[in-house]
Amino acid sequence: MTLRHCLKALGDRVVIVNAASCFTLLAIYPLSPFRNSWLYTAMASAPAGAQGVRDALDVLIEKGKLDFEEDLKVVVLTGDGSAYDMGLSSTSGALYRNLDFYYICYDNEAYGNTGFQESGATPLGSKTTTTPPGERHPIGSELPKKDLFEIWKSHRPPYLATISPAYPIDLINKFRRAGQHRGPKLFISLAPCPPGWGTDPSRSVDLAKLAVETGVWALKEAVFGEVGHTVVPKRFKPVEEYLRGQGRFAHLFRPARQEETLREIQERVDEYWRLHKLLL
Amino acid sequence: MKREMLTGNAAAAWGVRLVEVDYVPVYPITPQTEIIETLAGWISDGMMDTRFVTMDSEHSMITAAGAASATGARAFTATSSQGLLYGFEMIYTVAGWRVPLVMVNVSRGLSSPITLEPDHNDILAIRDSGFLQIHCETCQEVLDSIILAYRLAEDERVLLPVMVNMDGFYLSFTREPVEIPNLEEVREFLPPYRPKHAFFMASQPMAQGVAVLGGPAYSYFKYQMHLASLKALEVYGEICAEFEREFRRGYGPVEGYMLEDAEYALVMAGSFSTLGKKAVKRARDKGIRAGLLKLRLLRPFPEADLRKALEGKKAVAVLDQNISVGKGGILYSEVASCLCNSKKRPVLLSFIGGLGGKNISPHEFEFLFEKMIEAFEEGTSSGTHLLYTEKEWEEMSLLKRTAENEGKA
Repeated sequence: MTLRHCLKALGDRVVIVNAASCFTLLAIYPLSPFRNSWLYTAMASAPAGAQGVRDALDVLIEKGKLDFEEDLKVVVLTGDGSAYDMGLSSTSGALYRNLDFYYICYDNEAYGNTGFQESGATPLGSKTTTTPPGERHPIGSELPKKDLFEIWKSHRPPYLATISPAYPIDLINKFRRAGQHRGPKLFISLAPCPPGWGTDPSRSVDLAKLAVETGVWALKEAVFGEVGHTVVPKRFKPVEEYLRGQGRFAHLFRPARQEETLREIQERVDEYWRLHKLLL
Repeated sequence: MKREMLTGNAAAAWGVRLVEVDYVPVYPITPQTEIIETLAGWISDGMMDTRFVTMDSEHSMITAAGAASATGARAFTATSSQGLLYGFEMIYTVAGWRVPLVMVNVSRGLSSPITLEPDHNDILAIRDSGFLQIHCETCQEVLDSIILAYRLAEDERVLLPVMVNMDGFYLSFTREPVEIPNLEEVREFLPPYRPKHAFFMASQPMAQGVAVLGGPAYSYFKYQMHLASLKALEVYGEICAEFEREFRRGYGPVEGYMLEDAEYALVMAGSFSTLGKKAVKRARDKGIRAGLLKLRLLRPFPEADLRKALEGKKAVAVLDQNISVGKGGILYSEVASCLCNSKKRPVLLSFIGGLGGKNISPHEFEFLFEKMIEAFEEGTSSGTHLLYTEKEWEEMSLLKRTAENEGKA
């Protein structure tokens, strides 16, 4: 759904450069669901593929080998495994080189395509197939989520934002603002994954909304590194409301409440908002 | 045309300059770096109208080069050894995109132990990828092969990427006189690249590199690559004939040296073939009817040429500058496979030498010819001969003793 909003915002003159992710299986020979062009690269190097396509379009247009009317927006589309882990080097390279491209990261907080294994995007306390809660390791994932927004922000790209499928107007506005800039324009979307998260598909939008209302998923943007929050709940709901309905966090509540972990998750969220002086 | 003293790396850079590439993404690695430094200088000075970008790794570099090629630009890049392996995934990927990218690999032994000097395990690691492979012995061959490579890769009957290979140090840093063709002549031989199958433009959306479901679709595309690669043998022949008419230098898929009337044939690839040719000459002086076959095209593998050249010989020795650990010489297996059904099959011998740039001494070549004669007389041969001289053994023993003493200290 986020992708549909994004493509609507970007228009048809687009080439998507894809890394191994759930979307890879959208374009299967001989069919593609997209009206735009598509190039599947590999798990680690979609931003490098975008570099090659962008540079080639520029040089062909410059040399008069391609009409400028044929120009395309270059859009990288990857999951969190590629964005947070394997593709970090090639993304850093593209940001450093100020490549004129869009990056849309679909963050479902685990390696979803392979059946939901822990990734750098997996939050503290999440059950995944490689962090199964057990007697010696009762909380599931023992590591907090990497802060990809801050990692990307440290490169000072012209535009960087988090988005959510539950806030389409916020999303569209962000793409509009991003479009004013040349250089990297990056988006991280929280993307509920019903089979991995242990939730009903009909609840995906509600969950995405709850993630924002509880403060777990901060909707923000950074223009050349200057951060501004675009949606700030007037009153934050307790994080438990977001966690409780999801199978991947069920072990934190049953058979017994894991108070310490629940407290830590809430504290991390509070700490974030206090740091940004949006929670007193 | 002009004549200059050029290193193998500089000759490669000249080849790239003459084909007027649009795009060169790079990443440094010894002993290849001089190629990209030379290009960077020319581009900075405005002598080449080319976009140049330093990437964050060879994996990214090959991705960018392949993606640019898939967009419709003429692209080039170069690497060596560890770099080739770091980008290995993309070698297969780019070949599957069927884009006419040309790369240079400057051969260097693979880690570990890590080393700088050459052997062919790096380039042979990508043997099965779909990339065509041209192996060079001289600096002139490097320059000419790059021009040939673009013509071959961009031919609609082929549309596969090409890797031009030269040995690190022995060729990359050795100066030889090289004839540099005129730009106009090269333009005549190699027309501008106008892709009909792989491009990105707003008016014609195209999906490239898409997934397939199931074996039949997957097999179809792999078979297509294989058939296109085999077709490249024929195309290569045509192109080389034309090249020879234009530039007066000919390059077959294999090159024979004193081979026609030879009874004992040595098979080699790359710059060490020069040593082999000298050894053949010496053997001839001693009355042994020796000859040498140099493999230039390694993919597609020129089976028919090889068979024609080697059938009826008394013995054929393949001197591999690589090692498939647990099997032996890689080219030996390939040569043997195309002779095994021949009624005029020579006795086949396998030797390994020159690993990590180890010299192959005249004495070792003598040993090799002795073994060929012996095998012919016995009518058989078995096992792989690992070449190592007594002097090298003594030096190695000294190193081992030093290591032992260091450990005690």
